[in-house]
Order: sequence, then structure tokens, then C-alpha cells
Amino acid sequence: MSQSAKVIVIVQLYARDMNIYGDWGNVLTLMQRLKWHGYSPKLVEYNPGDKFPDRVDLIVGGGGQDVGQAKIQDDIKLIAPKLKRLADEGLPMLMICGLYQLFGKFFVGQDGTVIDGIGLLDIETRAGAKRLTGNILIDSPQFGQIIGYENHSGQTTLGPGVEPLGQVSSGAGNNGHDGTEGARYKNVIASYLHGSLLPKNPQLADWLIETAVVGRYGQFTPGIIDGHFADMARQVAARRPR
Amino acid sequence: MLELPIIYAAKLVRAIAKLRGGGSALPGLFIEKLDPGFVGRTLSGLDYGVVVVSGTNGKTTTAKIAVKLLEGQGLKVFTNRTGSNFSRGVAAALLGEVDVLGRLQADIAVLELDEAHAVHFVHGVPPRYSLLLNVMRDQLDRFGEVATAAKMLASIAQATTGTVVINREDPQLLAIGQNQTDKSVRYFGLNSGLRAQFPSDDDMRSGSSSVADALPPATVVLERFNGSSAVFGLGSRMLKTDLKLTGIYNTYNAAAALALVREIMGSQLGVDRLMADLASVTPAFGRGESLLVNGLPLELVLVKNPGGFRLGLKSFVATDYQTMIAINDNFADGRDMSWLWDVDFESLQETGVAMLSGGRAYDMALRLQYDEVSVGQVEPSLSLALRQFVAANPSSPKRIYCTYSAMLALRRELAKITKVEAVS
Repeated sequence: MSQSAKVIVIVQLYARDMNIYGDWGNVLTLMQRLKWHGYSPKLVEYNPGDKFPDRVDLIVGGGGQDVGQAKIQDDIKLIAPKLKRLADEGLPMLMICGLYQLFGKFFVGQDGTVIDGIGLLDIETRAGAKRLTGNILIDSPQFGQIIGYENHSGQTTLGPGVEPLGQVSSGAGNNGHDGTEGARYKNVIASYLHGSLLPKNPQLADWLIETAVVGRYGQFTPGIIDGHFADMARQVAARRPR
Repeated sequence: MLELPIIYAAKLVRAIAKLRGGGSALPGLFIEKLDPGFVGRTLSGLDYGVVVVSGTNGKTTTAKIAVKLLEGQGLKVFTNRTGSNFSRGVAAALLGEVDVLGRLQADIAVLELDEAHAVHFVHGVPPRYSLLLNVMRDQLDRFGEVATAAKMLASIAQATTGTVVINREDPQLLAIGQNQTDKSVRYFGLNSGLRAQFPSDDDMRSGSSSVADALPPATVVLERFNGSSAVFGLGSRMLKTDLKLTGIYNTYNAAAALALVREIMGSQLGVDRLMADLASVTPAFGRGESLLVNGLPLELVLVKNPGGFRLGLKSFVATDYQTMIAINDNFADGRDMSWLWDVDFESLQETGVAMLSGGRAYDMALRLQYDEVSVGQVEPSLSLALRQFVAANPSSPKRIYCTYSAMLALRRELAKITKVEAVS
């Protein structure tokens, strides 16, 4: 089988309702890098009521407004058992902002109302009074420096069942208090970082890709991708004020 | 009368600020602190009242068109021309217009206002008319959610004492219009055949238009558009006109202005004069304006959010032009680069982009790499980039897409090499 025939299926979770904030940047980065590494990406946009695809290699989800979150809440409970099984089996996933929160145990709003999450990640989120907004730098033991832009009023605390994605070196992070950002469980990565996250952090994108390819085909042979613009963009972004 | 010395001092501050090149709201800050009632007092008592124009995209162009049309109808119009659409900018503009006794000689005030500042403004100065253009993703790092911006526009509608004029093609604005029970609401809209050319943020990926067909009637409809001319339905009349305005989104802004002016003038509306004025209005301050550099057109297109950039790329064909893109990340530009990823740049694949500049030039280069658009040069310094861009392309017309602060800087640089319309 020639390399170009190796298909990788990416499911974009709630593409219509949880896609408010440059989240397409993450999907596009994965699709293009897969192509440039010599693989054949196939995107499946999943929306409430759809049949969840039988074949999936990577799942990506993004942010949404409160209005969008309300629309998907019932549906995500229906697919939650499947998502948990896939996570436990080591499927790579990237969940940003709104879906990061919904993958957790619950979200408590400003007025005290509790929205259940699916409990895939051992995290809790509570609405804070202030928005945590601005350029952010975090350090990850596995991925090095991760550079992005955060914009959230939810404050997330991590339970013992997850690791943080990284430690904040500049910015607020999960809650502005404990110095952590994001969460990791098996091969599920969740974060508040926009920017979008993956274009300026290709090391993270390639890890998700490699995990997906190895999971499906047993081995991954990378292509050569020009990183000059990403390097320069990272240099600039890392020096920008909050 | 104690206010007069304050007004004189503020006028002096304004004169000094103008010497530095305009676009400053320092004089407004000055008077805001010393005489907080200045704006409300000065604007009350105008015969035709105050008009507020707001929405995510198109405020400046629409306000400019409305001003021109109203002047053609015989009204003396005060407007905040600088494009500094925060409340402080309005105060600064007023300082330039009031006489020695602090009085404004005008029949009507047409103010373009940023949504967030408009909410505060309309509490002190309730407008008689408001024109709501659209609600799209814009500077989410300022507003947090699109719904927040929609709520702000709803507040403006609530505060309006006379008539609210609304874009019926925008679902969130339509809902605002349908919720107004105690005031007069009028709509402007599109012929259903044109809807596909105005994708909403949600339609961007699905490529279809989600607006339902059961829409309320509109007093002005953009019926047809073919690049340099358009047909507007005005009440029961069909009016064809050539336009100097470029692009379909500017043309739809013209429909908005027509609907507004029709409400203000009522039975006194002179339609022939109206259409003659419409045919001669040019794009506003940096929003799609065309300068001449070394005998060739150089167009500046302001981009501030995904919807605006998308419509700009659709409106202006890249073929035969050299394209430059300048992206800054100061507060007025939007500090978060995520918004670039919600714009599709594939239409630039055929020609590529000759020059990238601004503080975030490399983020833009990265964006283009992922859409497989070739990039000529990357030079973050705007003055260097502009000079190289002009020098390297002596026989092509040029177009520069730029964020707000990059546009101001480019205009200053351009003023050194060509005649640039002064921003008053």
C-alpha cells in the first residue's frame, strides 16, 4: 500500500455549534500536516443527531458561546460512553475551551446553575468574575514551550485523574491561581489556548498526528515541513505583552 | 458660562492634536473630564435629532454615505468624521464644530459608534434614529461573545426614541427588530438571489445561506449588483445607479444608508437628488479607498474581523493586482490572532501575496502557508515594507489589506509620497 493511500479520519466535534474562535485553525493544521507528511486526511464534521462514525483516528473540538453549548449538551451525553471508551483506548483528542469544560465533571455558572459535563476529564469549572484574557506562555515537559492566547471566564481546577498540559510561565492558565494550564488524560489534550493553538505549536500537532497514525498503522514516517514561518511567528508571539 | 473657558482650552488641545496627524481622541478626553455634560447638552435640541449608526462592519462607510445624502437633501449635518467611534471621539469632533458660545450649528447629528461605547452613549444622549448593520465575530478578546455584541445593539434599539432601521438579513438583528413593541422599526434587505454573497460566520464552513425566506418586507432592497452599478428597490420604485463605491458590501451599506435617509426625510425626500448623490460618493477613510501612487491605484482595505476580511476578499479580485497584507495586534486591531484562521485565503492562491507586514506579519505568513498561498516577502516594519512594495511593482495596481493601526501608519507613510485625503 503506498503511503499516500493511508487515510486518517479526523472527527470535528460539533463543527457547527462549537466553532466560534479560530478552531478551524486546529483542524486545518492537522489536515495539512497530515498531507505534507504523506497521509490522506478525511474530515468528518459531527453535529447533534448525526451518527458517530465507526472509524475515527483523531477527535478535535473547540469553543462555543453559551448558546452553542446549550445546543450540544444533550447530544454529548449520548455519545459520552463512546468518547470515554475511545479515550481509554488511547485515541488522540484535542479539546479547546468550551469542549474542554464539557469534557470535565461539571460547570457552575455565575448564577450557581450547574451544567453536567461528561466526566471524561477529572476537572471542574466554575465561572469567575473576571475574564482571563491575553497572550500566554506555558512550559510542557513533553512539548516544550506552548504559545497561545487565552480568553475565558471559566476557572478550571484539576483533580488527581489528570495532569496539566503545562505550567504557566506568563499568563493566567486554568484558574489564575495554581499555575497550571490545560489537562491531559491518556492521549486526550485539553486547553484554553487559542491563537489558534496548533499552527504556532507544530510540535503538538505532529504529536497528535503521530499518535493517530501509529494507532491506525503501527508506524509513522514524517515528511519534511518548512517551519520557518512558525518559528518566526513564535518568536514574535512570545515577546508580545499580555 | 463657566464652560466656555473649558471649551476654548479643549479647542486648543484639539488644534495641537491635529498637528500630529489626526485620529486622536485626546481633546475628547480633556473635555470629558472637565465638562461631562458637554456632549449631551450640545446635541440636544437639534431639529432632526441624533442618529446612531452601529454594528460590526460598515459603520464608517454607511455613516459617510448617510451624511452625504442628508446634506444633498438640504440638511446641515454634524458627524464624527475621524472614524474614532468611541464616545471620546464624538466629543473631540464636536469641539471642532461648536462656535465661540459652545453652540452647534446643525440640523442633525449622524454618529457612527462602536457597539460597546454606544451602549453608554445612548443613555446620556437617546437617539431619535438608530441604524443597526450587522452582528458578526469581531474582536472576541474585547467582547467575549457574539451574543454580547448583539445585546449591546439591542440596548441601542431600546434607547431609540423614534425609528430603528435594521438589516433584516442578520438573524440576530431581525430578532431585535421583532422584539421592539413600542417603537417604529424599518428594514433594509437583499434580493434573495444575492444572499449567497453574504455568508454569515456560521455559513462559512457549510457554504450555504441559512436565512429563512419568511422575512418582513424591507423599505429598501438591494436587488441587483454587477460591480460598478446596482439596482435598489426603494418602496415601490426600482432605481438603477452607477456607483463609485467598490464591492458588494459597500453597496449593501449604501442600501442601509438609503433606508435611514428615507425615514428621516419622510415625505420631503427628493429621490432624484438622493440617487445622484449616491452615484458620486467615494469609499471612506481607509475602508476601501483608492490613492494614486506613481500614477497607479493603491487601494487600502481595512480588515478587522473574519466577516469583514472575507467580504473584502470576495469584493476585490486579486488578478492583475499586487497584494500586500499588514497585520498589527494593538488593542484597536484585535490582540488575538485566532481570527485570521476563520478567513479563507484560497482566493489568493492564483496571484500569491507580494508583501506581508505589521507586527504579526509572520502569523499571517503562517496562515497563508496553510492555505497554500505563496508569500513574496515578509517585512514587519510598515515603512520599509511599503517602500519595498511600491518600488518592486512599478507597473501594477496595488491593494493593501490592513488592520486599523496598520492603516493609520500606512496612511502617514503614504502622505510622504502622495496626496492623501486629510482625516478631519
